[in-house]
Amino acid sequence: MTDLLRRLLRTPQGAIGSALLLLLLLLCIAGPALAPRDPEAIDFLGRFRPPGAENWLGADQLGRDVLSRLMTGARATIPLALLATLLGTLAGAVIGTLSAYLGGRWDEAIMRNIDAVMAIPGLLLALLLVSSLGKGSLNATLAIAVAFTPGMARVTRSVALNVRAQDYVKAALARGEGSLFIVLREMLPNVVGPVVVETTIRVAFAVMLFATMSFLGLGAQPPAPEWGLMVAEARRFVHQAPWIILAPALAIAVTAIAFNLLGDGLRDALNPRDER
Amino acid sequence: MSAGWLIRRLLLVVYTVLVVSVLVFAITQVLPADAAVTLLGENATPEALAAVRDRLGLNDPVWLQYWRWLTHAVAGDFGLSMRTGQPVAPMMLVALSRSLLLALLSILLMLAIAVPLGLWAALRQGRAADLLTGLVSYIGVSVPEFVTATVLLMLLADWLQWLPATGYVPPSEDLWDSLAHLALPVITVSVIMVAHVSRMVRSETIDVLHSDYIRAARLKGLPERAVLLHHTLRNALLPVITIVALDVGYLLGGIIVVEEIFAIPGIGRQLIVAITARDLPAIQAGALIMAMTYAIVSTLADIAYALLDRRIRYD
Repeated sequence: MTDLLRRLLRTPQGAIGSALLLLLLLLCIAGPALAPRDPEAIDFLGRFRPPGAENWLGADQLGRDVLSRLMTGARATIPLALLATLLGTLAGAVIGTLSAYLGGRWDEAIMRNIDAVMAIPGLLLALLLVSSLGKGSLNATLAIAVAFTPGMARVTRSVALNVRAQDYVKAALARGEGSLFIVLREMLPNVVGPVVVETTIRVAFAVMLFATMSFLGLGAQPPAPEWGLMVAEARRFVHQAPWIILAPALAIAVTAIAFNLLGDGLRDALNPRDER
Repeated sequence: MSAGWLIRRLLLVVYTVLVVSVLVFAITQVLPADAAVTLLGENATPEALAAVRDRLGLNDPVWLQYWRWLTHAVAGDFGLSMRTGQPVAPMMLVALSRSLLLALLSILLMLAIAVPLGLWAALRQGRAADLLTGLVSYIGVSVPEFVTATVLLMLLADWLQWLPATGYVPPSEDLWDSLAHLALPVITVSVIMVAHVSRMVRSETIDVLHSDYIRAARLKGLPERAVLLHHTLRNALLPVITIVALDVGYLLGGIIVVEEIFAIPGIGRQLIVAITARDLPAIQAGALIMAMTYAIVSTLADIAYALLDRRIRYD
């Protein structure tokens, strides 16, 4: 594990990604405490105040400090995106591993259905789910998790098919172990590496998807300082105050880039021989 | 490619659409909104509500409701919109035609940029140009469409005033004006795809350049131009078909957001309107038509791949 970490930090992507994520983690934990002002404090005299000494990143349409909202908003976005990805990965990993373990007709049947579900674009599936669950952050999280499940099931299955052909699985079968034991104890742990890489990259996608749903008005609800929602609310004021839009937009992009970098770094750290 | 393979592939499309229809129906059926209340309003009498429920068949078992909906849908009848009272199928199909125009233009623009960019990066592997395109595509995949769209709007429509900000003009009315209105959405949708596809073209080209047949072609003394054009390009671009087909799935999702921002009355915007208004028949029709489009496009891509790649022999 420490060996993996050392290899990860030696790749440029891994090092930059980890550094950025550490910063974001700090914001998620201590953002509200570190914020220079109250993110909800309305100041009508300071509406659309440009970035300067008073508000480092300017003030929004209600005179709220953009930097403080950004720092507080980290915990409205990142943990939920992580949770959605983890739930989706877990469900997908169980389905994918099960499908590879069962093999033959079962595998064929499960995968055909997974392929069919994947004909619904992820965003559309998430929107459909939210339309019936009701809008809100938690429902959006759940919807993203469900939308991620089929894709993760496919990735896990292809990895698990390789694992299934290994001798230790055959040995467990020969010992007469139960299916559940083999899937959970013998196969899943060995599927983890490549799946973690895929998951990390998907968190980037989840951050974007979550912000998009908030932007469309179906995720986080006002006055939450969620980043996608901040962009949506600021759109009308783009003529007066472009900084209200640019700051959260940049925050979303940086977060997505950080997870993408970490994923690529992990991939390189896991296969040191792959030069590309 | 044999007839049997083709038939199985087409049956798979039918199966996909069936699974999607079950899923869409199941998800929309648990909508907390009561269709009868949506139609008549909050103040309707219980008797009127019961009559409407009876007329819509809402008291029947779920499987019967599904069967009725599916058989009508197969005949092209998705019911009447709860919002406008008009049939949803024609409305969604007209919207789809606008979305397809947007999607087609986006794919063309994407290919025109991504393929040369990927080749260029591959030929300059490890040098500044390669690293720069890598960095740009990295940023490209990390920015959601609504951010790209908003920034482009700010830059090209507000400040420079080169392009109209929002709205849709049918091409039959005024071709140039129509294209001008489509420019911003098309650029927005292309960004992420350019990032994907140029990386793919780059890595495939590098693989091909290191292959034995390219070494053989060079050793044979073929001029570098011929090696690149005849031997490298064709083999490197084949897998790109697959990734483009996968990106169509992304494209259909991306279009939802882009149409909403740029006020283009395509299928994505219709879906958002339907979802916010809880217009059940419209949601069902829109989602099913979208999934069907994706299934058909990805099948066409598979067929194109099989036709172009002579190494693949499907039984």
